[in-house]
Amino acid sequence: MSTIKLTIDGRQVEVEPGTTILEAARKLGIDIPTFCHDPELAPNGACRICVVEVEKARALVASCSAPVAPDMVVYTESERVVQARKAILRLILANHPLDCITCEKTGECKLQDYCYRYGISESDFEGEVKDLPLDDTNPFYIRDMNKCILCGRCVGRCQEINGAGAIDFINRGFNTVVGPAYGDPIEKSSCVFCGMCVDVCPVGALVPKAGIGKGRPWEVKKVKTICPYCGTGCSLYLHVKDGCIIGASPDFDGPANRGHLCSKGRFGWDFVHSEDRLTKPLIKKDGVFVEASWDEALDLVAEKVRDLIKRYGPDSLMGLSSAKATNEENYLFQKLMRSLGTNNVDHCARL
Amino acid sequence: MTNSIGEIADAKAIFIIGSNTSETHPVISYRVREAVRKGAVLIVADPRVTEMAKLADYHLRLRPGTDVALLNGLMHIIIAEDLLDVDFIEKRTEGFEKLKEKVAEYTPERVAEITGVAVSDLRAAARAYATAENAAILYTMGITQHTTGTDNVLSVANLAMLTGNVGKPSSGVNPLRGQNNVQGACDMGGLPNVFTGYQRVGDPQVQEKFAQAWGVPLSDKPGLTVTKAMNAIHEGKIKGMLIMGENLVLSEANANHAAEALEKLEFLVVQDIFMTETAAYADVVLPAAAYAEKLGTYTNTERRVQLSYPAVPPPGEARPDWEILVDLANRLGFNWSYSGPEAIFNEMASLTPSYAGMSYQRLAENRSLQWPCPDKDHPGTPYLHVGKFSRGLGQFTPVDYKPPAELPDEEYPFVLSTGRHLFHYHTGTMTRRSAPLEQHRPEELVEIHPEDAARLGLEEGDRARISSRRGEVVAKVTLTERVKPGHVFMTFHYREAAANLLTNDAFCPVATTPELKVCAVNVEKAD
Repeated sequence: MSTIKLTIDGRQVEVEPGTTILEAARKLGIDIPTFCHDPELAPNGACRICVVEVEKARALVASCSAPVAPDMVVYTESERVVQARKAILRLILANHPLDCITCEKTGECKLQDYCYRYGISESDFEGEVKDLPLDDTNPFYIRDMNKCILCGRCVGRCQEINGAGAIDFINRGFNTVVGPAYGDPIEKSSCVFCGMCVDVCPVGALVPKAGIGKGRPWEVKKVKTICPYCGTGCSLYLHVKDGCIIGASPDFDGPANRGHLCSKGRFGWDFVHSEDRLTKPLIKKDGVFVEASWDEALDLVAEKVRDLIKRYGPDSLMGLSSAKATNEENYLFQKLMRSLGTNNVDHCARL
Repeated sequence: MTNSIGEIADAKAIFIIGSNTSETHPVISYRVREAVRKGAVLIVADPRVTEMAKLADYHLRLRPGTDVALLNGLMHIIIAEDLLDVDFIEKRTEGFEKLKEKVAEYTPERVAEITGVAVSDLRAAARAYATAENAAILYTMGITQHTTGTDNVLSVANLAMLTGNVGKPSSGVNPLRGQNNVQGACDMGGLPNVFTGYQRVGDPQVQEKFAQAWGVPLSDKPGLTVTKAMNAIHEGKIKGMLIMGENLVLSEANANHAAEALEKLEFLVVQDIFMTETAAYADVVLPAAAYAEKLGTYTNTERRVQLSYPAVPPPGEARPDWEILVDLANRLGFNWSYSGPEAIFNEMASLTPSYAGMSYQRLAENRSLQWPCPDKDHPGTPYLHVGKFSRGLGQFTPVDYKPPAELPDEEYPFVLSTGRHLFHYHTGTMTRRSAPLEQHRPEELVEIHPEDAARLGLEEGDRARISSRRGEVVAKVTLTERVKPGHVFMTFHYREAAANLLTNDAFCPVATTPELKVCAVNVEKAD
């Protein structure tokens, strides 16, 4: 099939048939706001914030779900579009707590960003506001459904990608909330705490507990690491402030994991700062470990190794390398054992 | 893995054998779900009703340790019903006739009797796997941790070759490796019989190459595996041990035997980030940097090499393992000098054909590279064995079913299998020091069938004494139909109920992997 040519904000673009207007615009570097759009889920057009004006179309269209058509002419920031987006933001704000000062999401909240972009600071719609209890029954993250804007990304990720199916939309209209069946707390649901819902929530409705009060997004340095657990090789960012890890987030371009994580990778990094970490070399004297300098400890190891080789030969030594250490370290480890004259080197590949 | 993780999502059939994928490799299980959503047939062979088994079209609930019989039975049906890939067998393999003779003995009826899987399920699964355009096999320790571990893997390879499911996308034989760098540790020559990239110890050219590059004479005698080394310590042949980040006191089968071995050593040095159960036996303990504190590369289960960067400094005087090793080597007279991990990587790549085209710059630019990557312009290899196996023709190896080394009897009437659950990892060194994970799953819950529990007077959460010929532990039980009557399951995450005090250190004669998936135990109410 041939490609489709269209015009967005006065610029020509050529894309494959079936491409959405949103995708075509992104190809041009045009930033159309989205809340519910998730590249890994089928479009649901729920939030309408991505509406654009299409010439000859009567109504504004949701760019996340509308496919491009030949010679289409699209305006992403026309007066009509801006008015519609402002109205949507006011409607959301009418029922959204404005505690941005202490909200963990401040600085990376899409609602905040779009209100700033369109100059919305308050809502003139008055009415009932949600007053739902926090769900902090689990040690991983807090669910504050008062902040939820019902975009549904968490539901889609839980059901389609993880498969746990712990949450869904409950009730209707104003009373709609996202949660486990029967209004149970999340700890009692089928949730496996992969945190993928937390990572796509556009607002502060889902917040990891570990980082609360520890740092703002703009104060945090994100460092790419490879998860230390199973062999999948998930790429993720550790969030660092003042030399401490205060959070983690997936690498959405991770070649093995595409931004997906599990409970261990997402939430199990805090052992790095455990008080139990070894911080000094230790030498056992009369059955008790005594702190030593690096020179003392390494001199002793070298002396003992030399002595054993002298007395019993190099094959009296065994080295266990590590499936947790880097390639470089494993390379040096076997090089050391083999240089000492033995091939007695193995690791726990079988366990 | 012969293939890549991403390809699983496009497989038309997936056969998972001996892998509790959603708990041990959660992100890979997401790809399996994606494939199922797109219409793939899922076949799961597992004694337990895992999440993947619940998702499966066919759950082959075999008796623990009967994998070879099951796989031979599937191949018997595929051959009998003429569902095999004749073209692939003719052009790419050898030894088919012998395999055919062997699996002819494994009639569906006989296999049903050995495995406990219904003939109708065997037939349906065999047809689904064999007739799919692309079928991927995923396996893990569920088939390798047996005295017949190598036989099980050979049988899996036979099945894949019989149906031509090798050398093309979304197919293959795919071991899901259990540790973040277990593939890398193997690739780097952390094995007694091979240098880096599986270059054999004893091959004169290989010996010469490494001896020259390292400037030292090298032994051409293959070394000992860890399982054999444990016995060698008891025999007085191994006197000293260097351990870098391994906790074998909790991870080895028959842990008492392993602990006694460490006691016997004249000298033990352990590099680790915590005072592990193993480090406690050491004469010298060296504090190491954790993954988040150092630069380096890791190789995942799909042969993908990725860079990981230091996020925070190591605590106190802890140092990266590579620095410790360089200092130690220099004290032993080797005159090593590396400016950092990149220099080490470059030396390794220059000696390792499958990594030869990789560099830190390329890894950063491409985000990752999958080996083999033999030269600087090579894009890496997402799936192996295209058109040709490394040995030329693919070898069919007929194997016979052999029962596990220790079967239940009157004294020890249950079969115990060990493994992992989702919220902890291996011996718990890391996850049990993670506050949220530990808070969520603080203790062992031995899985036992409600009928067995009722007979023993055990209720949910009661404490039970689990004993074997090698040791005993006390732990809470959970009553669940995930296990069949007569089968119990424990993890090895909890030092206070260390499952490996019970397990059997009988091992596969080829791979020396211990039989952690089957041993005989007794269960009784404690207190």
